[in-house]
Amino acid sequence: MMTAMNNVGRPTRLVAGTGAVAETFTGNKALMLEEPLLFERGSLDTSGVDLPPVPPVPDRLGGLGRDAVIGLPGFSEPEAVRHYTRLSRQNYAIDLGIFPLGSCTMKHNPRLNEKMARLPGFADIHPLQPQSTVQGALELIDVLADWLMKLTGMPAVAMSPKAGAHGELCGMVAIRAALDAKNDPRRVVLVPESAHGTNPATAAFCGFTVENIPANDRGRVDLDAMLARLGPDVAAVMITNPNTCGLFEPDLKRISDAVHAVGGYVYCDGANFNAIVGRVRPGDLGVDAMHINLHKTFSTPHGGGGPGSGPVVLSAALAPFAPIPFVRKTAKGLELVEEDTAGTHANQSFGRMVAFHGQMGMFVRALSYMMSHGADGLRQVAEDAVLNANYILASLKDLYTAPFAASGPCMHEALFSDDFLDGTGLSTLDLAKALIDEGFHPMTVYFPLVVHGAMLVEPTETESKANLDQLIGAMRHVATQMLADPDAWRTGPHFAPRRRLDETLAARKPVLGYKDEAA
Amino acid sequence: MRYLPLSTADRTAMLATIGAASVDDLFQDVPAEAVLDGPIAGLPNHASEMAVERALVKMAGKNLTASTTPFFVGCGAYKHHVPATVDMVIQRGEFLTAYTPYQPEIAQGTLQVLFEFQTQVARLTGMEVANASMYDGSTAMTEAVFMARRITRKSKCIVSAGVHPHYTSVLKTLTRFTGDVVEAGTPVFTPGAPGDDLASLIASIDAETSCVVVQNPNLFGHVADLTPLADACHKAGALLIVVVTEIVSLGAIKSPGEMGADIVVGEGQSLGAGLLFGGPYLGLFACREKHVRQAPGRLCGETVDASGKRGFVLTLSTREQHIRREKATSNICTNSGLIALAFSAHLSLLGEKGLRHLAALNHARAVQLADRLGRMPGVTLLNGPFFNEFTLDLGREARPVVRKLAEKGVLGGVSLGRLWPGAKSLQTGMIVAVTETATDEDFDAYEDALDEVMA
Repeated sequence: MMTAMNNVGRPTRLVAGTGAVAETFTGNKALMLEEPLLFERGSLDTSGVDLPPVPPVPDRLGGLGRDAVIGLPGFSEPEAVRHYTRLSRQNYAIDLGIFPLGSCTMKHNPRLNEKMARLPGFADIHPLQPQSTVQGALELIDVLADWLMKLTGMPAVAMSPKAGAHGELCGMVAIRAALDAKNDPRRVVLVPESAHGTNPATAAFCGFTVENIPANDRGRVDLDAMLARLGPDVAAVMITNPNTCGLFEPDLKRISDAVHAVGGYVYCDGANFNAIVGRVRPGDLGVDAMHINLHKTFSTPHGGGGPGSGPVVLSAALAPFAPIPFVRKTAKGLELVEEDTAGTHANQSFGRMVAFHGQMGMFVRALSYMMSHGADGLRQVAEDAVLNANYILASLKDLYTAPFAASGPCMHEALFSDDFLDGTGLSTLDLAKALIDEGFHPMTVYFPLVVHGAMLVEPTETESKANLDQLIGAMRHVATQMLADPDAWRTGPHFAPRRRLDETLAARKPVLGYKDEAA
Repeated sequence: MRYLPLSTADRTAMLATIGAASVDDLFQDVPAEAVLDGPIAGLPNHASEMAVERALVKMAGKNLTASTTPFFVGCGAYKHHVPATVDMVIQRGEFLTAYTPYQPEIAQGTLQVLFEFQTQVARLTGMEVANASMYDGSTAMTEAVFMARRITRKSKCIVSAGVHPHYTSVLKTLTRFTGDVVEAGTPVFTPGAPGDDLASLIASIDAETSCVVVQNPNLFGHVADLTPLADACHKAGALLIVVVTEIVSLGAIKSPGEMGADIVVGEGQSLGAGLLFGGPYLGLFACREKHVRQAPGRLCGETVDASGKRGFVLTLSTREQHIRREKATSNICTNSGLIALAFSAHLSLLGEKGLRHLAALNHARAVQLADRLGRMPGVTLLNGPFFNEFTLDLGREARPVVRKLAEKGVLGGVSLGRLWPGAKSLQTGMIVAVTETATDEDFDAYEDALDEVMA
């Protein structure tokens, strides 16, 4: 009998007289199905892949054959399909509903993009094939690069970075290389205190010293503090625009000019480009480098944590230092500039960032999305994204604390704090968990760090007004009830596949892999 | 516009709620000199699904695809058959369109997959723990070198000449600024052990050495026993970092963990991903449990929920950039979650039995082709022990040979001249990879084409 018991959760019992729903024999609840680990369900002798027989030739492994059991259980195909389908149903996803994570730009992922990325001409080619056999792939990279340069108003782009933070690294290494080329020893990088954590982490990685610049009471970089700190030791300013409070930095051009005047460079974190695509070109604001998260603005799927893609547009000052490889037009066709031709065409390149040429699969998806929208549609994307965020701000600011609402409209995301819950003992976390029970993915919580109990709501342009109204209704309901009866709201979520998870326990005694019971 | 649900009436109503006269009012913070009046010039306007598909199909059609041709290209990316189920799994919208699992109660699907993935990678590499993935093998290797510096507080890194040169380039790009000293040589064609420099690596280890980085099988396909190197590292207080670019090899070859590795990094593309012209791929990262707090990247751990049920969360995040900012162990944020899912699904379909079969098949087929090509006049097989990849000395410059083979519709391998353009002694070398996907007809076509090109 024990083998039929649910071996995932601890079997629990109905407490008599509480009216609570009884635990079932299996631990399942109708369509909510528990699923054991692969290591509890699969077997070492099972395989879901049929392969031709191994030809009987003596091995040539030099006596280094692997004899010991590895410990990798297998599934038959139906078992595998069911395992992953059951697990998938424990996830929230954009395909299920609004996913308003601020700064993450969770927009609809068009299925045409998936279909195009799977064309064998893009998916089934090797990065080291002779270049004459991959001219179409090089063309795709070249066309995408052209779109990115035109949309940003910048003269160059490095395509190979693998994600946003990797793009930041590319931009900051380019700045470091440009300084080194001039034997310029400046090493200070100024970062607004509201920046993404990747900004200071990246600057430190490149050997820079990070100094924070405070925000003003309107949620923007304190212009006076920034200008006062500029000097001959400042290598660069890293600034996010629109910033992580969801606000446009109106002084960016002035800051850029001032940074350039003291011999520094301007790095713009392009994570929030979705708010301005087609309406503002960062090149017009004096930016020297900006990464573009193709998995945000250009709709490539987040996949539960990647893969991303982070091309970096560069100013004329930084372009000579761009990484190899890159695509170059020649009379004979397109050429990938690699190690052998770098001396001729890229003698100041800082080198390689990745083994091959970047995230081709994401490039195809992003170009498919750009071509679908076109220049006119992308402009509409920014307008609808900003409209949706302001609609949320306007519909909640009487109830939720909106620290910067008085300073005017927001861009693509609306920022709230949990100050309105003061005295209830409840916080942003409780509110987020309550929204889970209402069937939503919560907004970004506790970021940016400059706002207490921050809640950053980014609806994106792919939500209908009806969806926004439902989210607004739920957020108003939850907040109102929390103020009226705080004690009822301390233990959510109640209806998710798991109740609140103990993150402290996980960190104190890390269990990072499955251990067989015999071990 | 098929991706935009708002109607004109919606927009009007919403502007009224906001109290704005037009959408332009919402962009009031943009300085006048940066305002664009209309769509950006030089780019086309929106297009139908049919039109986009037509344009992209045309571009894709200009490429020679691996599955339509005799194909023997490797060097860090391998053509393996990926079961149809894998693509079905990663196209489940609940996996495809989810974010990083920051709200674990509604992300148990992704988290359980990551927990299973970490366990699979740890077992495959023979290590105690693995992280939830990096961008690719080359960036994982660079992160490993920085981790070794943090652990040993020393900064000299010795890189074997048998490591993929692109990986070494990526490392050198960043170490220019970090103060790490990288020593890396040019490989030599030692008969029977091309690129094997274990003896000189051991001789180079000194008190300043933080780590030695070695690839197994190495770029030339050579397989070595790393145990003596591990012993030498540990005697000097240095760490051994082992790079595996063909992860299927671990179904046949003793794992790096069994040979004494401290950190194992790899490229996981062989399982689940496909060739994809170089990305997105999957960086694998495994280490010893005692070092895990110095590891880069996300980690998934087991815990319980408020009712005592087992569940999974991202953990030990105090190492990461969103908490530690400039003191983080790495700046990595987004990684390769969906490719980790593809890897894990492919490996769970194979299971131990299937993986061992697949590895044995790759090896046996490679031995068959190596012997056939090695018997051709003017061609010398350089390898002794190898897995599914070997190096031929063609006795003449290999780059034109590879190009002429391609003109005949055979993708025969990678010339060493493309990877080491400056190294004269290597220009006659060609690396050939053989997987389960190559047929006897492909072998015949390869031999015939090479015969013609070499004639």
